[in-house]
Amino acid sequence: MTYSNLIIKNTIQENDYFLFFPETKETEIKKQAGKVVQYKLTGDLSPSDEALKNQALPDHHKVLFPLRLYLIRKADIESKYSNFGLWINTHDELDLLKQVKDINKIPVIGIFIEKFADGRAYSQGTLIRQRYNFQNDLRAIGEILKDQIFYLKRSGFTSYLIKEGKNVEDALLSLHDFSESYQGRLDEEPLWKRVSRK
Amino acid sequence: MYKYDKFDTQIVNERVRQYENQLLRFLNKELTDDEFRPLRLQNGLYIQRHAPMLRVAIPYGMLTSDQLRALADIADTYDRGYGHISTRQNIQFNWPKLEETPKILAALAKVEMHAIQTSGNCIRNITTDPYAGVSPDEIIDTRYIAEILRQWSTFHPEFSLLPRKFKISISGSEHDRALIKTHDIGIELKLKENKIFANIWVGGGLGRTPMLGELIKENLPIQYILSYCESILRIYNIYGRRDNMYKARIKILVKTLGIDEFKRQVEDDWAEGKLSSIELDELEISRVKKYFTEPNYVINLPSIKKDETENKSFYYWLKRNTRQHKKDGYRTVTISLKFKGNPPGDLSSGQMRHIAKLSDEFSFGEIRTTHEQNIVLADVEEQKLELLYEKLKEVNLHENNIGLLSDIICCPGGDFCSLANAKSIPIANSIQTLLDNYDYLYELNSISLNISGCMNACGHHHVGNIGILGVDKDGSEWYQITLGGSQGSNAAIGKVIGRSFSAEEIPGVIKKIIECYLENRNDDNELFINCIDRIGLDPFKEYVYGKN
Repeated sequence: MTYSNLIIKNTIQENDYFLFFPETKETEIKKQAGKVVQYKLTGDLSPSDEALKNQALPDHHKVLFPLRLYLIRKADIESKYSNFGLWINTHDELDLLKQVKDINKIPVIGIFIEKFADGRAYSQGTLIRQRYNFQNDLRAIGEILKDQIFYLKRSGFTSYLIKEGKNVEDALLSLHDFSESYQGRLDEEPLWKRVSRK
Repeated sequence: MYKYDKFDTQIVNERVRQYENQLLRFLNKELTDDEFRPLRLQNGLYIQRHAPMLRVAIPYGMLTSDQLRALADIADTYDRGYGHISTRQNIQFNWPKLEETPKILAALAKVEMHAIQTSGNCIRNITTDPYAGVSPDEIIDTRYIAEILRQWSTFHPEFSLLPRKFKISISGSEHDRALIKTHDIGIELKLKENKIFANIWVGGGLGRTPMLGELIKENLPIQYILSYCESILRIYNIYGRRDNMYKARIKILVKTLGIDEFKRQVEDDWAEGKLSSIELDELEISRVKKYFTEPNYVINLPSIKKDETENKSFYYWLKRNTRQHKKDGYRTVTISLKFKGNPPGDLSSGQMRHIAKLSDEFSFGEIRTTHEQNIVLADVEEQKLELLYEKLKEVNLHENNIGLLSDIICCPGGDFCSLANAKSIPIANSIQTLLDNYDYLYELNSISLNISGCMNACGHHHVGNIGILGVDKDGSEWYQITLGGSQGSNAAIGKVIGRSFSAEEIPGVIKKIIECYLENRNDDNELFINCIDRIGLDPFKEYVYGKN
């Protein structure tokens, strides 16, 4: 899978980080009966911890690693790469981020949205900003269309890898779909606190 | 009545442009069906059996006469001259052309209306008591809180793609007329030492797995209402099931975790986010409240002596279709949209214009829609009621059956809706025909009858005293009957009485249920629902299915 349509803040930029997907020959079965888990939306396989331990690492200089791989291969990754970011799935427990020592040493955190209709990333982005106090680039990756990015922006995201085949210039315009919003979000106060409404 | 300021207008206009662009991309094949679906749904557009269906929001069921006239114009210009009032107090148009939908939205925006979030997996239109502001048992007028919730939920970025639809209802009177226990979130407002508090119910809902909501929070000061709802929604957004749409509503999550664990997670999240900038303050509450001040009621109006009227048909209508108003000399009128030959909830453009005119003449130019799919004129002077009745008669809107068995609540069903297993409107018609020949209709007192064409339960059949559900058996249409459901403060979910019936059998079955009730009731005053509660379902089963 190659991604190239990257919007950072308000401009289109060259794709910087290589998005690394581990091989998924082996599966980690998520038990669903009898307990609440975060559900995957597609039948794609997830790599097992064992597979991640033996995963060959890519030759690129700047890489976005899946959080689980990083947590298992911390020493390998930190010694081999001077510039790397992390990405998580929408079905990952956000709590895993607590195992990252200094979250603000990570320049980019990506959230991989498998399916357009999966709205979990909006809550996860909000929490990563608000509760984990992440200050650097928060990136939406996966099935990203222009129709999500106004909401993603208001949920703390700062960059967007637009789905391949979609018009990225057109997507850029959507950051300004609405000139005002009613509700308060992150640092933005609700409309009634910001303006005089009569 | 809420009036848009420049910000509301701007947001709605920008939405029209955004939607127009989405539709254009779809028509140019830049968006696939799968991509366009959630986008069009969030704007109330369904692809139906015959044509797209467009659902227009009527926030908490309130309309001005100008808005109703605009809806009539839309019905004539873009549809087939009528609209359908839904059980979420919205209005649906069944025959628009896909290409013309942006024009409809532009026409709506001109009268401060829209179709935002009337469908799709997002926070839907906020509903409330159709008698808010005028009912004598009211504790707090819910409309300004509903408007605050409307603004907060409109394009809420965090909750724009939830696992499934999310419905919020709000009640502020002694008797719950907003069905708060069958909503994803039900809010019950109370007053203590002049301060507003909320009890929050969560996880209620109808559909395939009907459940009554559970109390998650008591005595929440009103300023925290938004942050508390956000915490509930956040836990749901992250943990609600997304792999199976039939198990994706919040009720399933609440049931799986149990209310105690669900509450713990919500409270943990809330504790961390509390006192954020989104909390309401007195200023904002009173700013919105100002839009819902009382109209200029005339004081010291004469009351009419109801028993002395010569006009018998008016007298029956007065008894059935009007209710006590908080102000002396006024009554609240419900106009029935349930009469023979009319699909329940349907309203022609001519009737819309007529009602708009009558509301200008008799009720301060305001109209309300109810979840029972009727129309309310909230503030009518008692001395003008007879004149109003005569004018309603001119357009066949004088049916005096509010709350009676013939006041049937019904979804559009298989005639229009592509989700339906079975037709529902012909069933409603056949029951109305039966009741037309029934002398005792008025002696039956209040019985609610709800029909849904499938388990999505848009006709709220679970909470009907009599519920009818369309089911599919080997490709043919059958109907399952439930008894004992009720809405309001004593909300209950009806129980299935046995095997299902063909469409032809239904009027006969309803007849037998009525006969059983007449035979068994203690006296004329025992309501149908109370009789069921007392004697149970067995006598009814016996009447319907025979002894064995």
